[in-house]
Amino acid sequence: MSGSGEKILEVDNISCHYEGIRAIESATLYVNRGEIAAIIGANGAGKSTLMKSIAGLLRPESGRITFEGEDITGSPANRIIYKGISYVPEGRRLFANLTVRENLELGAFKERERSVIEGRLEEVFALFPILKERELQLAQTMSGGEQQMCAIARGLMSAPKLLMLDELSLGLMPSLVEKVLESVVEINKKGVTILLVEQMVQEALEISSRGYVIKVGRIVRSGSAKELLESDEVRKAYMGI
Amino acid sequence: MTDFAQVLADGLMNGAIYGLVAAGLSLIWGVMDVINFAHGEFLMAAMYVCYWVGVLIGLDPLISWVLTGAFLFLLSAVSYKVVVRRCIGKSAMAPLLATFGLSIFLKNFCLNMFTPNFRLLSGTFLEGMVFNFFGMAIPAPQLAASLFSLVMLYVLYYFVKRTRTGWAIQATAMDKEAAELMGIDTERIFTLVFGLGGACVGIAGGFMASYLAVFPEVGTLFSLIAFVVVALGGFGSIPGALCAAILIGLVESFAGFYIAPVIKYVAVFALYIVVILIRPKGLFGW
Repeated sequence: MSGSGEKILEVDNISCHYEGIRAIESATLYVNRGEIAAIIGANGAGKSTLMKSIAGLLRPESGRITFEGEDITGSPANRIIYKGISYVPEGRRLFANLTVRENLELGAFKERERSVIEGRLEEVFALFPILKERELQLAQTMSGGEQQMCAIARGLMSAPKLLMLDELSLGLMPSLVEKVLESVVEINKKGVTILLVEQMVQEALEISSRGYVIKVGRIVRSGSAKELLESDEVRKAYMGI
Repeated sequence: MTDFAQVLADGLMNGAIYGLVAAGLSLIWGVMDVINFAHGEFLMAAMYVCYWVGVLIGLDPLISWVLTGAFLFLLSAVSYKVVVRRCIGKSAMAPLLATFGLSIFLKNFCLNMFTPNFRLLSGTFLEGMVFNFFGMAIPAPQLAASLFSLVMLYVLYYFVKRTRTGWAIQATAMDKEAAELMGIDTERIFTLVFGLGGACVGIAGGFMASYLAVFPEVGTLFSLIAFVVVALGGFGSIPGALCAAILIGLVESFAGFYIAPVIKYVAVFALYIVVILIRPKGLFGW
C-alpha cells in the first residue's frame, strides 16, 4: 500500500482547458509504483479534467506526462491502455446495451489470446462474484453498485499497471462505497498501482498512502494521507468537521 | 387464391432484398448518426459494376456479387475517409449535404460515362428460369437474390452481435469516448462501418442487376425505400430493418395488385407517414 518509492507516473506542470475554461493550471503530481494515491477536492475543482488529460481524452496545452519513463503527453486515448494505464471514468460509462460479459471482453480488447482473456475473466469474477451471476445480463439492467463493480472489473481486464478510478462513490449508498473501496484495496494488494479521484475525502484518504488537494484547477496541498486527514484545513473544507 | 400466393411471394422476395439494401444504411446511421444520402447511388454503382463485368468479361451475377461487394466496400470506405470524415462532429447538416453532393457526383459521373440509357444484362445463368409451384411462378434471379439477401443479413447480424469486432462497433455506437478508453480505434471502426454499409448495398446491387435494368437514376427509388425501411425498423437494428423491409415489400406488392400498380409507392409512403405520426421511433425502434 505504501509503494516502492519509484515513480510510475509523473505529471509535470500541465495546464488544460475544458469546455472553454481553464480547468487545470500548472498541476504537478506523481504516483509511486504500488501505492494508492488520491486526488481530492470539491465538485468542479478540475479532478476529472486532470484524469482525462492523463487518460488521453484531453490534450494538455503545456506540461509533460510521463509513464514509466516514457513521455505520453498527448497520446490518443486508444493508445494509453496499451501502455498499461486503465481509466475507469466518472459515471461508469458502461456499454449499456451490451451484456456484462461483453463489457468485460471489451475491457480486454487489446488482448488477442483467448486463454489470456479467459484467465482475466476468472480473476475479476473471483474479485466480484456477483458479476459472474450477472454475466449474461445487459449492463443497464444492474443496480448502481453492480454497475460500478462491472466498470472496475472492465478496467482491470487489460491487466493495467496503473488503474485510475474517477468518482467511484458517485450515486452509491454509503455501505456500498465502503464495499467498493475495500475491493480497491484488494486490487492494490495484487500489485496494481491506483490513482483515485474522490469527493468522499475521508473514505478516500483512509485507504490511500498519499493525497493531493485540488482547488479551482490548482493543486494546493499534497502530503501523506495521514497528514491530510489530520490537517484542520482539509477537515474543515471537505469533511465538514 | 393463386393470385394471392403469387402477390405474397413477390412481396416477400422484394422485401428481403430491400432488407439488405436498408441494413447498410441502418448500420451507418445507427453507429455514426450519419444519413448517407449517396446510398442509392452506391446501389447504382454496384449494378453498373455487375453489368460491366458481365458484358466485358462474361462474369455471371452469381459470382460477381463478391466483386460488387468488395468494390462497394472500398468505394464506401474511401468516401468516408475523403468526404464524410471531415463532417463528423460539425453541424448535423454537414454530413447530409456532403453525402448529397457525393450522390450528385456519382449520378452525373455515370450519366457522363454510360449515358442515361437503360442497360439490362442478358445471357445470365438464371435468366428466364422460373420455378412453378402451387400455381405460383417464381423467377429464379429474384429468388436467388432474396435468399442470398437473407443469408447476408444473418452474416451481418452474427458479425455485429457475436464477434469482438462487432462488440467494438456496438460499443463505439453507444459511447465513443468509453470505447476509446478500451483501446478501440474508433476512427477505424467508422471506416469499417461505412465500408460494411457499402458492401451490403454492393452485394444487393450485384444481384439486382441480374433482373433489373441499370441506369444512372436507378438508385433514387431504392434509397427512398431504404430510408422508409430504416425509419420504420429503428435506427441501427438489423432485425428491425428486415421486418420493416418485408412489411414494405408486402404493402407494395398487395397495393400494386389489388388496388392499382400506379399507387403501390403511394401505399408505401402513406404507411410511412402514418407510422411516423403515431410512433416516431418506428415500428421496431427502441
